[in-house]
Amino acid sequence: MAKHAVMANKESQPVLRLSGVSKSFGGFTAVDNVSFDLPNGAIGGLIGPNGAGKTTLFNTLAGMIEADSGQVVLGETPIHDLPPHQIFTAGLARTFQIPRPFQEMTVLENVMTVPASQAGEQFWNNILRPRKVAREEQANREQALSIIDFCDLTRVRGDAAASLSGGQLKLLELARVLMADPKVILLDEPAAGINPSLMVTLVDKIVELNKRGYTFLIIEHNMEVVMSICDPIMVMAQGKLIYRGDAEGARRDPAVLDAYLGDLP
Amino acid sequence: MTGVISYLVFFLILALILSIAVLGLNLQWGFTGLFNAGVAGFIAVGAYVMAILTGPARDAVFGGFGLPFAVGLIGAMVAAGFAALLVGLVTLRLKGEYLAVATFGIAVTIQLVCLNWEYVTGGTLGLISIPNPARALADGPLAQNTLYLLIVVLVGSLAFWCFERIVQSPWGRMLKAIREDEEAAASLGKNPTRIRLESFVIGCMAMGLSGALYVGFIGYVSPSDFLPIVTFQIWTMLIVGGSANNRGAVLGAIIVWAVWTTSGFVISKLVPTEIQAQGGAMQAILIGLILVLMLLGRPRGLIGERISVSRHARF
Repeated sequence: MAKHAVMANKESQPVLRLSGVSKSFGGFTAVDNVSFDLPNGAIGGLIGPNGAGKTTLFNTLAGMIEADSGQVVLGETPIHDLPPHQIFTAGLARTFQIPRPFQEMTVLENVMTVPASQAGEQFWNNILRPRKVAREEQANREQALSIIDFCDLTRVRGDAAASLSGGQLKLLELARVLMADPKVILLDEPAAGINPSLMVTLVDKIVELNKRGYTFLIIEHNMEVVMSICDPIMVMAQGKLIYRGDAEGARRDPAVLDAYLGDLP
Repeated sequence: MTGVISYLVFFLILALILSIAVLGLNLQWGFTGLFNAGVAGFIAVGAYVMAILTGPARDAVFGGFGLPFAVGLIGAMVAAGFAALLVGLVTLRLKGEYLAVATFGIAVTIQLVCLNWEYVTGGTLGLISIPNPARALADGPLAQNTLYLLIVVLVGSLAFWCFERIVQSPWGRMLKAIREDEEAAASLGKNPTRIRLESFVIGCMAMGLSGALYVGFIGYVSPSDFLPIVTFQIWTMLIVGGSANNRGAVLGAIIVWAVWTTSGFVISKLVPTEIQAQGGAMQAILIGLILVLMLLGRPRGLIGERISVSRHARF
């Protein structure tokens, strides 16, 4: 599997910078002037009560929803004006809260679909240059199988994605984005709806990948997960970013406590 | 005996010609999920372009360039592809039934243009005396038809091979990804607009080729050959044979065409003469019935989709 060489001196450089990102639906401001930096090599945690605007922010970053205003810069590249497929090829990959596999395709094909600019994606190359396509496909297949192995999906690699369990689908989502070797991976509630032992596995994978140099931004409701692996932690409430800092600070921050506890009766 | 063989040859020519159009629809619907309800229109474009390019010169009508058969086939494909590109650029933002309604309307428009644009299409009379290359090379109807069958088998096999190559590939994987979940495919770096357009254009080129082979065989083209029932037949062939399987597309074409022609024969023999005029409607009902029963009983068709498409991703 591809690895990023993380330079020690580059680790604190922001790889993702948001400035003044806003998105309204009619009169409702879902994301309100959100700005933050995500350092290279970090596992950022994005938390907040339901309806805080976290998933809308993800959709905006991934280009599926166009922001009303604000800038998003990935590395050196402004990506806020790009369509989703170009944001992905620029190096920002996302998974979905509810997994969205290609149901009627095998696990292996789901993963092999991902790499950008495959020669065989130009239809004529499959007729005119079959050898070149075959060579690429062989390499693609090997890489896909090693990622599938890393994600514990080897047993089901030839099965239709439609037949996978909820937890396996989460792993498949991860496998697909890893295939592109992205700069930043956005995970939308990776631990939601999976059993506790798989959750531990998944957290281990994220930590392992992070050690290899992948940067993550994670939406997660499971506070145990967030507090143990995420730094920095960003807290959103009612569309606004109300906190950015470490886990300890989040626990003591009055605005954060109010956002969460204020909900309680 | 000769009669049976003659008929079988004649039957196979038409079934295989239609199967090329079914292959085109299979690419669009089976693999990409594009609901093209205007198949007849693109077949018509290919058919008329073939007639114009290869037919004899005539008074007061455009064309009649007398070009070789092969040039006609290529020209028909290019023209149908170009028409598809124009239609595609306008309609590919439409999905599902919206695309179906739009393409249906376009096909009806094409048919009406064929009916009325006399200078180019010959109007209601159509264009006649289109040369059949087999006529020049063989003597007697059976030998000629057998030769034409060979041509159709050759062209059809080439088309089939090309479709298999491009579908069992990274390109084919992208088509399926778009079909399964367009947004997820886009979030994984695939450009849905480009992929849908390519699939639509290539599929329509096959339909154009089918129209051209048809005209080259029967020797004339008339607007009444491209009514919406043709689209309906092609769709039934695909559903019966098995969507997203090229072998299924060919099998479906042969089976449904057999049912269609047999039912026509049976109706002409068994149905009282007073209601013979409704024979065509009875056939249409029969095809509709097959379609519905198939969708209810065996929605994946006779040979369904293979779960693993690309040839380098099998186990």
